[in-house]
Amino acid sequence: MKQLLTFIKKEFYHILRDRRSMLVLLGLPIVQLLIFGFAITTETRNCNIAILDNSKDEATQNIISRIESSTYFDIERTLSSNDQIENAFKTGRIKLAIVFQSNFQNDLLHTNKTQMQIITDASDPNQANTLANYVSAIVKDYQQELNQNKELPYTINTEIRMLYNPQLKGEYSSVPGVMGMILLLISAMMTSISIVKEKEIGTMEVLLVSPMKPSIVIISKVIPYFIVSLINVITILLISNFVFGIPIQGSFILLSLITVIYIICSLALGILISTVTSSQQAAMIISLMGLMLPVVMLSGYAFPIANMPLILQIISNVIPAKWYIIMVKDVMIKGIGLFEIWQELLIIIGMTSFFLVLSIKRFKVRLQ
Amino acid sequence: MQNEIVIKTDKLTKKFGDFIAANEITFEVFKGEIFGFLGANGAGKTTAMKMLIGISKPSSGNANIAGFDVYKNTEDIKRSIGYMSQKFSLYEDLTVKENLMLFGGIYGLSDEVIETKTNELLEKLGLQNDANKLVGSLPLGWKQKLAFSTAIFHAPKIVFLDEPTGGVDPITRRQFWDMIYEAAHNGITVFVTTHYMDEAEYCDRVSIMVDGVINALDSPAGLKKQFNANSMDDVFLMLARQAKRGD
Repeated sequence: MKQLLTFIKKEFYHILRDRRSMLVLLGLPIVQLLIFGFAITTETRNCNIAILDNSKDEATQNIISRIESSTYFDIERTLSSNDQIENAFKTGRIKLAIVFQSNFQNDLLHTNKTQMQIITDASDPNQANTLANYVSAIVKDYQQELNQNKELPYTINTEIRMLYNPQLKGEYSSVPGVMGMILLLISAMMTSISIVKEKEIGTMEVLLVSPMKPSIVIISKVIPYFIVSLINVITILLISNFVFGIPIQGSFILLSLITVIYIICSLALGILISTVTSSQQAAMIISLMGLMLPVVMLSGYAFPIANMPLILQIISNVIPAKWYIIMVKDVMIKGIGLFEIWQELLIIIGMTSFFLVLSIKRFKVRLQ
Repeated sequence: MQNEIVIKTDKLTKKFGDFIAANEITFEVFKGEIFGFLGANGAGKTTAMKMLIGISKPSSGNANIAGFDVYKNTEDIKRSIGYMSQKFSLYEDLTVKENLMLFGGIYGLSDEVIETKTNELLEKLGLQNDANKLVGSLPLGWKQKLAFSTAIFHAPKIVFLDEPTGGVDPITRRQFWDMIYEAAHNGITVFVTTHYMDEAEYCDRVSIMVDGVINALDSPAGLKKQFNANSMDDVFLMLARQAKRGD
């Protein structure tokens, strides 16, 4: 027991005295969360657009002023002919152009039919789609207002409610995603690097020759990183609550339980990595390429899993972060309880046990 | 004092697949002796040593270290020996004192004992003023002396030194050997591997391994006589030339 405590203390000295790793350990999560929360957002706001109004009547002015007053668009320029449209896309950094036909209002009132064209820059297809939908929504809104006093023969009104995230904030998906990523990074990468470092400088050999049991060496290696990970979780949750305004809807205890299991899973992966390499650089590269990349690409955090080719969908199932992120969303944002997420929980417990057993076995084999 | 045997091996062998790294090694080391374990790179020194210090299981044969069996009592062996690896093996980002505290703690010494021994040691090494300096900031020679002192901090019966003086200047090496003599004088058996043949001359007895087999074992004077050579260097070259294995 005293051995363990002495050794954990030593491990903290290593962490505290290395400014760079301290910065990575405690600063990175905050920076990542803020970047993913604020900068990299799937929402579109203040998007530059151009308008070509060939009619210049009451109806077009009405629509334009609605577009202008929405937070989504900034009218960057007003065009006077069709020829200018392409040029505007190329030089004006506009993402969308709106063209009203001539006699817009006249046609609308007398033939009950008129046309406007929405042109988008589809080099970013998702954004183009979103923007086009925004404009359609604004126009539809105006149309409904026009028909207010009239009795239409058949109408279907769709009423949309966005549950759990009514403002469609991007942070609702970045917070669980960043948690899945950061915990893996801190726990797996830093643990593997710190174990491999001891191999590099030769102290691991000395420890193995000492009466200290390998299991104690490993446990005392992971405990500090376990604690650092918990600090990170708390920081992330505080930021998400006070900066992004995303409170924890469900049980805090359940969220903690899931997180602790996920951290243990990541630590086991870290030990596993440390058994296959003996250089710090290699450990880092394996952690980044082998763990981080799949988490970002395949966990469903950046790209929806349902849209992936079947083979990638299947592969995504073996990524612990996928299940963790699903559960964090369920508990934190939807406020779901243990009873609804037990399957995911079982999967991740299974994975954790598997990696734990495998890594301990491999670590022992290395000693022979 | 030459009568008590602290290391005894009998046909100790380690195979990796078809490759026999150490082949039926048999020798004895006495208490308080400085035993030089020589061999070219790839001769099987390190493999043999790893079996003796309990981090590698022998394929066959027997060995008894400090009265304990290498198969059954590895834990007891580990408690009775000290080890200094060829890589410099202290933590550079810990202070001199913290390193001693750590290794003392690992070997189960109480805080009071560690405290007293640390003060004694620092005084002996003249490092009192550097006790709270990071080990990384010390010159290499000092680090190595400190590493040796750490390896015998818990008063082991045997200390294993794996090429302890690599990259150190001759004066520091001489000082290092003074420390080895002192340890041996205090009854600690020293088992040392080295590449420096002048160091081989300092040993009480020397064994030379070639291709996994111990080809010669005697005092330096005895070996020179046996091979009719002027120096240990010549003895070593004569034996090493017979080697068929490369690095």
